[in-house]
Amino acid sequence: MKGATAIQLNELPLETWARVVEVIVPTDSVDRELVLRLVELGFVPDERVRVVAAGAPGREPLAVRLGGTTFALRRHEASFILVSPQ
Amino acid sequence: MEASTRSLPTNIALLGNPNCGKTALFNLLTGSRQKVANYAGVTVERKEGTLRTAAGRNVKVLDLPGAYSFNAISNDEAMTRDVVTGHSRESLPDLLVCVTDATNLRLHLRLVLEMRRLGLPMVVVLNKMDRAEKLGISIDVAGLSRDLGVPVVRTVSVHAHGADELRAFLDLLVAPSVHVPWKAPGLEQVLATQKDVQRICQRVVTEPTIDRDPSDRIDKFLMHPVWGFVVLALVLFLTFVAVFSMGAWLSGFIEDGTALLGNFVQGHMDDGALRGLVVEGIIGGVGSVFVFLPQILILFLFILALEASGYLPRAAFLLDRPMSKAGLSGRSFIPLLSSFACAIPGIMATRTITHWRDRLTTILIAPLMACSARIPVYTLIIAALFPQEPVAGALVMVGLYTLGIVAAMTVAWVIKRKDIKGTHLLMELPAYQWPDLRSLLIGVNERAMIFIKRVGTVIMALTIIMWALASIPSPRGASMDSPIAGTLAGEMGQGLQHIFAPIGFNAEISIALVPGMAAREVVVSALGMTYAMDGSEEDVESQLRERIATEWSLGTKLSLLIWLVFAPQCLSTFVAVKRETNSWKYMWIMGGYLFGLAYLASLITYQLTNAIAG
Repeated sequence: MKGATAIQLNELPLETWARVVEVIVPTDSVDRELVLRLVELGFVPDERVRVVAAGAPGREPLAVRLGGTTFALRRHEASFILVSPQ
Repeated sequence: MEASTRSLPTNIALLGNPNCGKTALFNLLTGSRQKVANYAGVTVERKEGTLRTAAGRNVKVLDLPGAYSFNAISNDEAMTRDVVTGHSRESLPDLLVCVTDATNLRLHLRLVLEMRRLGLPMVVVLNKMDRAEKLGISIDVAGLSRDLGVPVVRTVSVHAHGADELRAFLDLLVAPSVHVPWKAPGLEQVLATQKDVQRICQRVVTEPTIDRDPSDRIDKFLMHPVWGFVVLALVLFLTFVAVFSMGAWLSGFIEDGTALLGNFVQGHMDDGALRGLVVEGIIGGVGSVFVFLPQILILFLFILALEASGYLPRAAFLLDRPMSKAGLSGRSFIPLLSSFACAIPGIMATRTITHWRDRLTTILIAPLMACSARIPVYTLIIAALFPQEPVAGALVMVGLYTLGIVAAMTVAWVIKRKDIKGTHLLMELPAYQWPDLRSLLIGVNERAMIFIKRVGTVIMALTIIMWALASIPSPRGASMDSPIAGTLAGEMGQGLQHIFAPIGFNAEISIALVPGMAAREVVVSALGMTYAMDGSEEDVESQLRERIATEWSLGTKLSLLIWLVFAPQCLSTFVAVKRETNSWKYMWIMGGYLFGLAYLASLITYQLTNAIAG
């Protein structure tokens, strides 16, 4: 699944559309709960995403457009989603 | 299913994702016929109401807390899951009404599929149909119903007749529920469900590639690291200007009213203790608290409207970065903002913070936000400090608000410095929309009723006690040179001097702080009584201002202002902290640290001022 161009969602430049390719399943139990919630909210393969706003400094947090919804995410929270920019 | 076992639903539950418009729909269905309380033993809001079906039957409606999933990560989600899986003390509903946002089925359908496994009769509601049509989204309702295997109805919760289709549906027979044990789905199962959702959406939803750009462009601006803060500062500035100007204007009418009432009673009652109690105690004391009802309500109206429009979650996004420095997340912003009106709804609003440590920290610092009950005392002392300089007075007022915020962030940092990296944000930023007027009015009315009840009970009782203390002669006779010399209040004030003299409080202030400990609203009227002033509340205030200006030292005035920023002078806040944390320990921690901070800060202020000013 993971293409050569796949990057973590927190690395996606502002206003660039991308397609979710994979969700990383972490071993840490707190992170697993987080990833389960991300998947429940719709961060699943084939969905289109883009970063619409980012805090400063250090692009923290991120506002991510996913279909009809926008989510606010910390960079750590976004790092479990691999996307391929289009 | 045998037709004979089918019955008309009499007890239904609304549930759905947050932001699906469920509350607006509930308000439309039940109007004012609703009861708000807590579920037994937990701090989750329980809203129940009665609706009338198309045929005129009454049906009980339970508005379950919004949930993204039954894999609960908050108390709200756990409660919703427990009710629909039969693990709570609530009876299982006859019918589940699954509310979805028609403009965003992709997000909302997954919960519907999860609910379908429960074996309860259900109906899916496509809410916000008007918005969906405007966006050009068309939904094949029959196809959706076929794919889901459950009936689907359409509603518009902001139109008076928007729920007619649902009201008619509730006159149809439903099958009895079949209890199916529920098991939390794992990651694989959730991924599979999401595939189903994607498939269903592809089949039944036709979207003319909605242009999300306008909304995203607004987001880019409102959440811009520079422009976003400029807008936020402007919004907050306008809000507070409205509170102070419009609020003061409306308060004028209440002031005039109580003055008229006071004079009327004064003229129609025989002179004596009873007249004193009614005029100075009840009308004056309660009236002086009542005058800031408009300010509280205007602030709440702004907060509710900003929240419903979708702006406040964006403000929370902006403030996430600075608040993370103190170990909090943007999620704490809305509760803290509400605390500027009153700490109690602020503390209750922390329920949306999913992580316990973040939530506890927010509860503990909420009382440091300058609630509206502080405004009258701040105003009185500032007016005595700067009688001719409104600009200097306004700056001091801003300074006091700022001091509270800075102190709150510092305390949060102290509490959370060990796990400052461990905060979480993940939060939906719902689509922008015009606030629903009906829901705004219901929300503001709810606040007004709570306030009026409080004034009629706690504040009234404290005022009467204070009046009695300041009127009943002490058995030991006069012990000091003051208007309340020789009264019980004077006696107590003398005793309190041992504690409060080092921070510059005289006997009158000390005694006024006693009822003020239970509710800081009464400090002004209590000071009026300790200085034994007569007349209407307005007269008392101007006399009081004179006395403060001439009799208190600069150190005392500043010290009292600083004291009021920190001191935990509100019994209801204690009760709220106990209830929301379910712990006496945290209640005492809150009270203890605030008292310590207040004393220390006032001590420094008083001694330093005296050293400098001589």
